[in-house]
Amino acid sequence: MAFKEKAKILDKEGIAKTLQRIAHEIFENNKEEIKNLAIIGIKHRGAYLAERIAQKLKNVVGSEIPVGAVDITLYRDDLTEVAQQPIVHSTEIDFDITGKRIVLVDDVLYTGRTVRCALDELIDFGRPACIQLAVLIDRGHRELPIRPDFVGKNVPTATKESVEVRLKESDGAEEVVVIEEKKQA
Amino acid sequence: MKKRSIKWTKKHLLGIEDLSREEIELILEQAENFKEILKRPIPKVPTLRGKTIVNLFCEPSTRTRASFELAAKRLSADTLNVATASSSFLKGETLKDTARNIEAMKIDMIIMRHSCSGAPHFLSSRVNATVINAGDGTHEHPTQALLDTFTIKGKLGKVEGLNISIIGDIAHSRVARSNIWALKKLGAKVTVCGPKTLMPAQIDKMGVKVTYDIREALEKADAINVLRIQLERQKKNLFPSIREYVKRFGINKEKLDKFAKKNLVLMHPGPINRGVELSQDVADGEYSVILDQVTNGVAVRMAVLFLLSQIKE
Repeated sequence: MAFKEKAKILDKEGIAKTLQRIAHEIFENNKEEIKNLAIIGIKHRGAYLAERIAQKLKNVVGSEIPVGAVDITLYRDDLTEVAQQPIVHSTEIDFDITGKRIVLVDDVLYTGRTVRCALDELIDFGRPACIQLAVLIDRGHRELPIRPDFVGKNVPTATKESVEVRLKESDGAEEVVVIEEKKQA
Repeated sequence: MKKRSIKWTKKHLLGIEDLSREEIELILEQAENFKEILKRPIPKVPTLRGKTIVNLFCEPSTRTRASFELAAKRLSADTLNVATASSSFLKGETLKDTARNIEAMKIDMIIMRHSCSGAPHFLSSRVNATVINAGDGTHEHPTQALLDTFTIKGKLGKVEGLNISIIGDIAHSRVARSNIWALKKLGAKVTVCGPKTLMPAQIDKMGVKVTYDIREALEKADAINVLRIQLERQKKNLFPSIREYVKRFGINKEKLDKFAKKNLVLMHPGPINRGVELSQDVADGEYSVILDQVTNGVAVRMAVLFLLSQIKE
């Protein structure tokens, strides 16, 4: 399937500013219990964003925030349907999440199914005090009763459109773009 | 993010001989991530929910069967054990009929051990389910070789370029054959060592060095895989006495201290004949990674079950 780029929503500076704001909101929301805060990203791009948010929080709080990453492949509900062969990546949570206030981070929130997988996986690791959800982009079209606590930008989209977050860690660029399925000529 | 070019395409796992280097590396790499699951507070993932896996073991086994069963359960599959001692094989049912009947119960995979070389291959061409070879006669035992190479990689960081010696009854060993395939494909240098009567003719055609001198097998080795002397086969008088075997080829502390590298990795596929191929002190000693092999076995088998389960008709 071919895609064409339709619009650029965030550039490098925009991403940095947005993450900074999310970090502040996370701080405001959790400052009473900041010692119990931990950030966990959903692989791959959510994990990179989690690292960045934790770094920004460290600057605000003044101490290290535990960071982890989950790979949700083994929890997917569509393993038999995906065209591309799934490959399992590592889940890295090297602290006890029981009693922690977890902020789950992903790049784009869409149907909510990825978040459902991540929630199931997290709960297999322990019993956190609470789980909050932070996303860089919310593009709508939820298929499950899941809502984010922290949103970088709301981007209403059509289903044939898609939002691509490109980060320097994985894509060598820093931008968020809306792409659209190209009509076959 | 690393983009992977290799795609898993095999429906069955019948032997290491059929696998490419990239496929072996994919399994080992995936096994690493499955090993982490085993350390979780709840060491179970929902991936194979609704799949049914049958353990069809027509030969005794503790480790392999338990390991496959646990791997399947850690992935949330349902497992069914069919052991021949208590099955209709004894009433004269053929292998094909047994398998077709089990398959009629709507199962997805058959894990099979059989005393005849090639039995899983036969089965795979006659049933729709995925077939995994858990040891066939003197032919192959692919998951054992995968967990052995995974253990070497875990202990020494790599396999390529290492000197690995396989010691003991090479002729009757499917573990040896699968290990040679796996190690050669991954770029290791393999030496086999044992009594002449337990060395298959033309084994050197597999690209291994043959020696009858234990000293030579130990001196350069980074890892050794000591095979079980299959006492049940010794009625054929393939060597004069157990005592003589122990003296010439049995691994003990004295031989290791004298000839082996200090950081040698010592493996054994189990079950051990203590005091025969391995002395008591060495089996539980500093070089031994035998129990790591068992732990790794579950992770490797989870990776195998996962990859095979992704293949659609």
